[in-house]
Amino acid sequence: MWTGILIAVAVLLALAVVFGGLLGFASERFKVEGNPLVDQIDALLPQTQCGQCGFPGCRPYAEAIAQGEAINKCPPGGESTIKALADLLDVEPQPLDSEHGVEQARRVAVIREDECIGCTKCIQACPVDAILGAAKHMHTVIESECTGCDLCVEPCPVDCIDMVTIEPDIRTWTWTPPRSGIIATDRQGASA
Amino acid sequence: MTQLWDFSGGIHPAENKQQSTARPIRTAGLPERLILPLQQHIGDPAEPLVEVGERVLKGQKIADVTVGMGVPVHAPTSGVIESIAEMPVPHPSGLNDWCITLKPDGEDQWRERHPVTDYRSLDREAVLGIIHEAGISGMGGAGFPTDIKLRPPKDRKVDTLILNGAECEPYITADDMTMREKATEVVAGLKVMAWILRPERCVIGIEDNKPEAIEAMQKACEGTQIEIAVIPTKYPSGGEKQLIRVLTGQEVPSAGIPADIGVMCQNIGTAVAVARAVFDDSPLISRIVTITGEAVREPGTFDALIGTPIDYLLEQAGVEPQKVNRLVLGGPMMGYTLTTTAVPVTKTTNCVIAATEAELPAPPPEQPCIRCGQCAEVCPMELLPQQLFWYSKSGEFEKAEHLNLFDCIECGACSYVCPSSIPLVQYYRYAKGEIRVQRAEQIKADRARERFEARQARLEREQQEKEQRRKERAKAAAEAQAKKQAEAEKAAASGEAVDERAAKAALVQQALERKKAKAAKASPEASAHTATSEDKPDVEALEKQLSQAKSKLDTMQGMLDDAKAQQADNVDKLERAVAKNHDRVQRAEQALADARKALAGTTESQTSD
Repeated sequence: MWTGILIAVAVLLALAVVFGGLLGFASERFKVEGNPLVDQIDALLPQTQCGQCGFPGCRPYAEAIAQGEAINKCPPGGESTIKALADLLDVEPQPLDSEHGVEQARRVAVIREDECIGCTKCIQACPVDAILGAAKHMHTVIESECTGCDLCVEPCPVDCIDMVTIEPDIRTWTWTPPRSGIIATDRQGASA
Repeated sequence: MTQLWDFSGGIHPAENKQQSTARPIRTAGLPERLILPLQQHIGDPAEPLVEVGERVLKGQKIADVTVGMGVPVHAPTSGVIESIAEMPVPHPSGLNDWCITLKPDGEDQWRERHPVTDYRSLDREAVLGIIHEAGISGMGGAGFPTDIKLRPPKDRKVDTLILNGAECEPYITADDMTMREKATEVVAGLKVMAWILRPERCVIGIEDNKPEAIEAMQKACEGTQIEIAVIPTKYPSGGEKQLIRVLTGQEVPSAGIPADIGVMCQNIGTAVAVARAVFDDSPLISRIVTITGEAVREPGTFDALIGTPIDYLLEQAGVEPQKVNRLVLGGPMMGYTLTTTAVPVTKTTNCVIAATEAELPAPPPEQPCIRCGQCAEVCPMELLPQQLFWYSKSGEFEKAEHLNLFDCIECGACSYVCPSSIPLVQYYRYAKGEIRVQRAEQIKADRARERFEARQARLEREQQEKEQRRKERAKAAAEAQAKKQAEAEKAAASGEAVDERAAKAALVQQALERKKAKAAKASPEASAHTATSEDKPDVEALEKQLSQAKSKLDTMQGMLDDAKAQQADNVDKLERAVAKNHDRVQRAEQALADARKALAGTTESQTSD
């Protein structure tokens, strides 16, 4: 009887060693670099790199969210970003944390060029290198690359940067949803 | 008889075409001002080539697209450029766009024209160039540049060229009247396009509610291989995909183009424009527009210059402004309401409906969907309008996209049949717009991320380089310090060596002095002679001594010679004296030589130090 038990124990031990080894090897061999969740979160963030969430850029905030940070700290992304993040992370969407700012229409920075003294401070502040210029020469914003993050406004010593809301023009215009809310009985003026 | 197929769905709304077909095409004439939008086509807006105040001739190119896709804009008549400014344009948004305003001078003076009589002798590319230069874009509604459309992808061969004469939407009669009155031009244009594409089959599809047009076209096509296909009237048979289905039985793949299945559709108006461009060298400066509706007394079709304000045309048709309730551009199914009559006719304007309230009443309020499924039955694209509606309304655009929202041709058949009066198409348009905006934002966000990451990488690299330089500088400074120290040490060491030598020299000197003193004691005479030379090798003094000794020797010799001659007794003494003097001269010479040697040695040792 003892031999039977011993054989069973030995076989199980051998199996444990073999599979343990296999699993150990696989975990090393197929190790995923970095956290893939961070990439997924980062892809949903608006990439304005404005830092309004309190983190130095979108990726750091994505990393923080992956670590359990609240998902409602991104004003540029607004409700749609919060909703997308809630879907991804399978959590309840929360309203935007107004402490970090409010959702605004898309804006771009515009330099009043004749007032620019060419100090390069805004160039250094721009997180996406969207400001063009050189020391003691006029600077200007590359509008198509500007994320509207506001970060260049503060460092300007002569306050010559305006944040301008982008008005929809004929080429960016899209159809609005139909107005709803009225029902047939409203129109006929009938009362219940 | 051409074999025909049927497409699923479709509706039969009231045609309302007879009002505007009763009169022949009228020439609209010259309005006071022509407003020419810089973008009348799909693609990039054209850039003005003229300046305010410049006089232009009829047919002169006044704006062109240099970068990107598009076609040029031409002056429809001769006149002066009045302004280049943002003006109201026909667009569902009601927003303004850049337009060139031309004030006609009434002379209607043409620019120089070079009509092509035999296009077959030209290169196909040259003919395509003529079509491009004539500013022709699709005149059916979308406004896609015709020359680009006529260049199908290299790997696709167009087997069937279809001329779309279906004109299925109610009220619109522009193509119908064109076919009736300009059949030869239509056929000529079609032949040019057929020559460019070399299809196996050329078909003109016409709905059976246009018997006059069919007859005219059949007459014009006699003796050619062009088929006239009379198709049953059903909205939207004039939709490109539907007409292809009806005439070939094939389906254009989702997100594909007709060229993918070897088919190409062109509009009737486009064919006329091509014919005029090639045979008259006349660019696209006018088009046929239907002005209809119950609010105009004389509805009909007009041959209007591009840029003619709509209100001018309405006047020509006898509009009764108090009766106009709604002004629709395009047909009642796919058109949109105009907010102002100041907008001009563009290359894609085919119809204006001045409708009374009874004719096109405001849509009743939307009611909840009752899931009757009628919308799905009439959808010519075999989509699921109900599901699309739910997802569009609730903002679940991804799901709507999944159900092929972008295959929707916005024909409005679903809205037409909806018993709950749901403006379905408006929901789809809204959803499409939102999806496009989201895509654009995603692209922008991706680019911003890329730029941000590139900047981070650059800053890091700069930091590293700075650090590297700092390290290198520190290293160089340390090396320089070490070298300096080593040199100082070396210098100190060599200084000691010099001292040692000096000390040795001093010792030697002392020893010499002691010896000299001894020698002086032993022979004070000799020491007196040599003292100076030994002590301090004074070459001059030694030379003097030598010369003195020599002269003394000479005198001695002379005295000895005299004494010998006189046979004196002091000859022996004199001979000893001479010998002694001889020794002295020799010693002096020796001393001088030694002194010179010593002197040379001292200078040598001095230079070596």
